[in-house]
Amino acid sequence: MNDIVISASGLRKSFPLSRGLIERISRQPALAVHALNDVSFALYRGETLGIVGESGCGKSTLARCLVRLHELDHGEIHFEGRDIAALAGSARRAFNRRVQMIFQDPYSSLNPRMTVRAILTEALSVHAMRAAAEIPARIAELLDLVRLPQDAADRYPHAFSGGQRQRIGIARALAVEPEVLVADELVSALDLSVQAQVVNLLLDLQQRLDLTVVFVAHDLRLVRHISHRVAVMYLGKIVEIGPSESLFTASQHPYTRALLAAAPELDPSKRSRKIAAKGELPSPIHPPTGCLFNTRCPYAFERCFTERPQLSDRSANHQAACHLTHFDEKDSVK
Amino acid sequence: MKTVLDVRNLTTRFAGPSGALVAVNDVSFSLGEREILGLVGESGSGKSVTLRSLIRLLPSMAGQSGEVIWQGRDILNMSPKDLKAVRGGQISMIFQEPTTALNPVLPIGLQIDENLRAHTKLTHRERLIRARELMDLVGIPEAARRLSEYPHQFSGGMKQRAMIAIALASNPRLLLADEPTTALDVTIQDQILKLILDLRDELAMSVIFVTHDLGVVAATCDRMAVMYAGRIVETGTVADVFAQPMHAYTRGLLGSVPRVGTERSPLMSIEGTPPSLSAIPQGCAFHPRCDFATEICRATQPDTKMLAAEHQVACHNSLAVVKTGSPVR
Amino acid sequence: MSVAVSRRAAIPRPLIFGGVILAASLILAIFPALFAPYDPNAFDYAALLQAPSGTHLMGTDNFGRDVLSRVIHAYTIDMQIAIFATVFPFLIGTVIGALVGYIGGFAETLFGRVVDAVITFPFLVLVIAIVSILGPGLMNMYIAVGVVGWVFYARIIAAEVKVQKRLDYADAGRAMGYTHLRIIFRHLLPNAITPAVVYWMTDMALAILLGSSLGYLGLGAQPPAAEWGVQIADGKNFMATAWWISVFPGLAIVLTGLGFSLTGDGLAEVLRTKK
Repeated sequence: MNDIVISASGLRKSFPLSRGLIERISRQPALAVHALNDVSFALYRGETLGIVGESGCGKSTLARCLVRLHELDHGEIHFEGRDIAALAGSARRAFNRRVQMIFQDPYSSLNPRMTVRAILTEALSVHAMRAAAEIPARIAELLDLVRLPQDAADRYPHAFSGGQRQRIGIARALAVEPEVLVADELVSALDLSVQAQVVNLLLDLQQRLDLTVVFVAHDLRLVRHISHRVAVMYLGKIVEIGPSESLFTASQHPYTRALLAAAPELDPSKRSRKIAAKGELPSPIHPPTGCLFNTRCPYAFERCFTERPQLSDRSANHQAACHLTHFDEKDSVK
Repeated sequence: MKTVLDVRNLTTRFAGPSGALVAVNDVSFSLGEREILGLVGESGSGKSVTLRSLIRLLPSMAGQSGEVIWQGRDILNMSPKDLKAVRGGQISMIFQEPTTALNPVLPIGLQIDENLRAHTKLTHRERLIRARELMDLVGIPEAARRLSEYPHQFSGGMKQRAMIAIALASNPRLLLADEPTTALDVTIQDQILKLILDLRDELAMSVIFVTHDLGVVAATCDRMAVMYAGRIVETGTVADVFAQPMHAYTRGLLGSVPRVGTERSPLMSIEGTPPSLSAIPQGCAFHPRCDFATEICRATQPDTKMLAAEHQVACHNSLAVVKTGSPVR
Repeated sequence: MSVAVSRRAAIPRPLIFGGVILAASLILAIFPALFAPYDPNAFDYAALLQAPSGTHLMGTDNFGRDVLSRVIHAYTIDMQIAIFATVFPFLIGTVIGALVGYIGGFAETLFGRVVDAVITFPFLVLVIAIVSILGPGLMNMYIAVGVVGWVFYARIIAAEVKVQKRLDYADAGRAMGYTHLRIIFRHLLPNAITPAVVYWMTDMALAILLGSSLGYLGLGAQPPAAEWGVQIADGKNFMATAWWISVFPGLAIVLTGLGFSLTGDGLAEVLRTKK
């Protein structure tokens, strides 16, 4: 797995807040939500990279930047060595075809005025995937692939349940035979029993079609289940990234540890009354100086308030952005 | 354990354009003092409607039958005046969306005061002190200052704390919680769950906790009732049900949650989707999705049986389910 | 609680009534001669100002012209006004509105100023001013209404497109590499157009009123053409003695307007997006 498909370096993205007249006249500085604060990582061919974090951590912004739904303020994303911001015309269309996104909300991500057939036909014909005569057969194939009945083709999205709509979304993405799938909270709007179906489908499709997957979610258990590698984000920065196994069993960042401790155990005998992380998420408009986690970190010391730690190697492929490199065993999560 | 709430054959219907929809179907359970009962189910299972039915917090087109015995009296037969004293008084409720459950144009302090005035005989001065105490109790720092702030100045977690403070103003004996942590981030959810556990201990309340998250149940509840298509299909202590689910649906749900050690392998999924209220299958409502379904499941609705102490299940084939073992380890 | 059953079959009642009225109006507009008992412009000095009777169901006017025949023939002009005075504003407004709503930013600010400029003038006054410059007549009236009217459609469409643009399916289109034009016209517009179509129906009713008003003022259809506004103007001096000259064309305006409004309500129900 040494073939890098996408590499991101120094990504920054902020969304300016609109200013009132008085603020403009009094020349107050423009406020902005800092969604991405210097994010760098590499995505390897064939892997599933999980991106996990709480609301406002920038994971959805990152997903959207990867398919160029947002333009970056700083930094570059390279797809097979080429800067995606510089792509135009047919090169850009080819990039859009090869890197596909699946959206969170099964209710707003499909055009309510188009049948499933129209949605799939459009994807197939715009990217000239098939000759017109072969399109019906391909649609039948795609419906099979995502395990929807054939009579689904001529129905409108409102006739389907949430889980079925996500399958339609997946079929649309797969229609153009992409190499990379960016899935933003793919199953978080679905019922538990339906989540499992969609997760199983994704795992199966990835294997059959050799897909590289970026799986963005807030559910740690799910991310652990699906991902080869995981990146943990906090306030627009990756604070820890590493192989799933070592990240979950030997986490090297206090925030990852808090996140793991906060997720309720599925075993009623392992209850704890200890609060995993005190305090609340700081505002992404005024992120703390120094380490972004210093307002809530039980280990924070002087240096954490003045100097922002950068990702550094902890073990093979495992990096964390923390000034501490060792944690006491008694404080460890499990 | 002393029983504080006894629900018998509770049924709630809504008049729909094509006939009545039964949202809650013949639900019975009881709740002990200081007990936390988890009401678990997926969307459309009737868990939230059950919770609201307990205090008749339903639109006027809803019809209810059965009994909800609270301190020896049936809430479903109470006069509006008595109901008012119970609802928001002895029984308080907190909601999933604090943003919409709080009044946006009133300061938090006033919203607590409103409840204190309605359900206590405290003087103005005493109410002010009490409001500050309540804010401390639910862990809102700088209580004095924050009482005069408006909901939009509170973060999601703080709003949920404020809503709990309002609910606690009347010294309730029972707290009804409708997915109170679903809209929150996991570290904030953790704080709120532990707050509810602490409050239960300090105030000796009982709690009914509606949720779809089995992790939340495992971490907070004493007993659990699993709902499907308007019925309770399994009840038992959390430890018992997790150790050995006896209903195929409960087993499937537990199996749908990813577990350590099974990474990247297929999850035990339940095929199909939960039925809509207007199309609940004949016989056992779960049979079209059930791996254990036999002829009898298609024909008759299973009765609720007591299979072990405190462990009840409504399934024709629970023995077969037990034989296949628990999906959790 | 889904009510998926019985959703498709029922055609809303307003649409049925409105549709019947409009269909009848169109037939009268296309084939007036088949239904009118007399020549609408034939003077009959033997039958001046006759009250409604068996021979003249709606009476006659001060030239002895049959009011019923004139009301029927007026359908041709008034339905034409309803359509031509609104279809161009609808089309132009839809395209501009969709572009403005999608592009946002500077285009939206600029458009906002145009809207402000237009709505600060009363619509009728603005149209009268333009017609006075261009000269009276139907063609000039269409131009005058078109110059002003598109703004209202554009405003509705722009607001709706802006809402739709934020939904994930629009982003999904962009992530698929679809062109902006495809996203605007194939995806967003079909979901944004309903309020504009409903407004269009009401606007056609308003156009008939406008056309009649201008006819009444002598700026629209010119006498002796049979047009309801012109007819009402003709009858204004005889209101006390021969009310039928003005009242029957007035009723025709009300009935046609009702047809458009009912159709609009019905369409709103039919076109509503199913969630």
